Amino acid sequence: MPLFLNDDQAMLADTARPFMAEQAPVGHMRALRDTADPTGFSRDLWRQFAEMGFTGMLVEEAHGGLGLGQVEAGIVMEEIGRNLTPSPFLSTSVGAVTALKGAAGLAERWLPGIVAGEVVAALAIDEATHHRPLRTALKAERSGNGFRLTGDKRFVAHGHVADLLIVAARTAGAPGEADGITLFAVEKGAPGLTATPERLADASLASRLAFDGVQVDADAVIGEVDGGWAVLSRVLAAVRTGAAAEMGGVSAAALAMTMDYLKSRKQFGVHIGSFQALQHRAAHLYSEMEVTRSAVLKAQQLLDAGDPAAERATLVAKAMAGLTTTLAVQEGVQMHGGIGMTDAYDIGFYIKRGRVLAEMFGDADFHADQLARLSGY
Amino acid sequence: MNAPVDSLETFRAETRAWLEANCPPEMRRPLRKEADVVWGGRRAQLSEPQRQWLDRMAERGWTTPDWPREYGGGGLTPQQAKALREEMAGLGCRSPLNSFGISMLGPALLKYGTEAQKQEHLPKIVRGEIRWCQGYSEPGAGSDLAGLQTSAEDAGDHFVVNGQKVWTSYADKADWIFCLVRTDKSVKQGGISFVLFDMDSAGVSTKPILLISGSSPFCETFFDDVKVPKANLIGELNHGWDVAKYLLGHEREMISGMGLGNSGHKSLPEIALGAIGAEADGRLDDPVLRARIALFEVRAMAFQAMSERFMDELKARRAHPAQPSMMKYYGTELNKARHELIMAAGGSDALAWDSEASGGGALARGWLRTKGNSIEGGTSEVQLNIVAKRILELPGA
Repeated sequence: MPLFLNDDQAMLADTARPFMAEQAPVGHMRALRDTADPTGFSRDLWRQFAEMGFTGMLVEEAHGGLGLGQVEAGIVMEEIGRNLTPSPFLSTSVGAVTALKGAAGLAERWLPGIVAGEVVAALAIDEATHHRPLRTALKAERSGNGFRLTGDKRFVAHGHVADLLIVAARTAGAPGEADGITLFAVEKGAPGLTATPERLADASLASRLAFDGVQVDADAVIGEVDGGWAVLSRVLAAVRTGAAAEMGGVSAAALAMTMDYLKSRKQFGVHIGSFQALQHRAAHLYSEMEVTRSAVLKAQQLLDAGDPAAERATLVAKAMAGLTTTLAVQEGVQMHGGIGMTDAYDIGFYIKRGRVLAEMFGDADFHADQLARLSGY
Repeated sequence: MNAPVDSLETFRAETRAWLEANCPPEMRRPLRKEADVVWGGRRAQLSEPQRQWLDRMAERGWTTPDWPREYGGGGLTPQQAKALREEMAGLGCRSPLNSFGISMLGPALLKYGTEAQKQEHLPKIVRGEIRWCQGYSEPGAGSDLAGLQTSAEDAGDHFVVNGQKVWTSYADKADWIFCLVRTDKSVKQGGISFVLFDMDSAGVSTKPILLISGSSPFCETFFDDVKVPKANLIGELNHGWDVAKYLLGHEREMISGMGLGNSGHKSLPEIALGAIGAEADGRLDDPVLRARIALFEVRAMAFQAMSERFMDELKARRAHPAQPSMMKYYGTELNKARHELIMAAGGSDALAWDSEASGGGALARGWLRTKGNSIEGGTSEVQLNIVAKRILELPGA
């Protein structure tokens, strides 16, 4: 398979790009921020996602979805990134759908609502300041016909409004061990569950979740008891790759805005884009972005092919996206000069979103460390 | 929809079987030394397995898998050529032939050569019979290549070439040269022509240049009243710059491949673990170097994906024409970074210059050689200029 979009995928991109630019440009996100919108995204837009078929992209056709893959989901993610569109697409249509794939009972229970744009899901994984999924400590003890969950989660995007929470918990073993982690599907409003939303630098809302003896049935378990790491790894591979694709959109928009600026702003009587000092910075950034785009597409294709090499490729994609997006948004602000520091100008939103995405599901340092471990050093 | 995929899988299976049967075991071991690389040419001294491997591959045209069959190439589709590369990599097969004829001159001849020129030169390149060198840079024309002064005077049925080239790779080992010469002094780019001639011609002499690495892969090359038949002009008179630029794109692709590293050598983590050792949990016992290596490996693997995508786009004619400049820039800077880390990983062992144990100072000499990667074939700064102007379309100064 060649490492570029096939005709169907290119057609999807040609549909998604204008759709997102018209329905949810940066101004849409700015308006939500300016009105301190308590939901954090537009439910109308989420329903439009359903009409477009986006919400059920990764859902098998048997469950009413399109049965597509990470490459296609990445196309939507990239447009979300380009427009800074607040959306539960990543946590719901990529993360939760991946978790529910093959989960008998739970798939029937949740997937139709997701496809219809009625259900929003959130991923409750992180417990400390840094993404360390192996260190999952939130306790799940056997109780009655199910489990009782006790502990805290944080940095849960859409956690305060989600109808469904995918929760990583520990049923056995000690933090740091893969064995003994179990994944649960927890419904909104479960007694003992409180969500405290917090606004982040990029104006998105992420929640701290407190589980105070939350009772769930045995059929809330996704996959095997104590064997949740396998499912969680699949979910993380999907959302890390999705976040990397979103970062690709963030970088691409930052570069495009910056190139427009270099071609229009004049100083010393000439366009500043004619200065070699800026040309070299821009060309270097372009190079990093091209290399990163390739790494992300490679990870998506390998995941879709079920190739074992996808594990490394995913680590590389997320790490590289983190490094490159950080560069892209910083160069964007720097090359805009003073206007880049103003709230009125959009480039500043990109530096904020880039930072949140770089941190989400593990930063570049985390992924480089994982790669080193896999390589035996 | 399924038929081409099936036939590609058939091709792949047949190719693997053929490679297993025909690639000599010696040619499936990693490259260890300079003499392991086969360049071909009149004066090549090949081992029996090298000769066998070259001849068997050349017979199928697989030294140049995607060149047309009528010139001795393999006539493979882009997908088949990719499958062949992948199967060769999978079995650890060495490249049967390294050649500037394949990577640089051939593509230019295919595009700009006459039928007679193609018939004359391409099959010999495929079979590794003629080794080519490139006469581009001059003492006064480096980054400003179009300022070259080597002249070709019209003398009826031939040109008379006078001047000097520099940084001519392996000129002292090459059989023929493809050379940029000035045929009109009144204009710059528009006064350059592209000619071919035999290095055995009267008036050609070469002088190797000793590099900081202690080796001499480059020469100064002198032309003193060298007769070049007019039939050896490629493209039109005074239109050599177009040929030169087209060929440079291919040269940059080739050099960017250095960013992929050499699979035959020890990996960077292996060198570091060997020299420094590991902690109880297996991690390199130098956390700062470990982090630097890990972040480097992220970039190196990403560039591997970039190279794959670039090749795929190139074969499908979807690559931006200036993309080789980006590849050359990134690949060479990456290779320099790799060798800086190799030196840090090896410590004082890596400083050895000529001991047997150090392979004749392989690490130190390799490290120094890479410093030229971002200079030869157009400096990193020239590549960035090209990307800025042609891809990002930033205005000229």
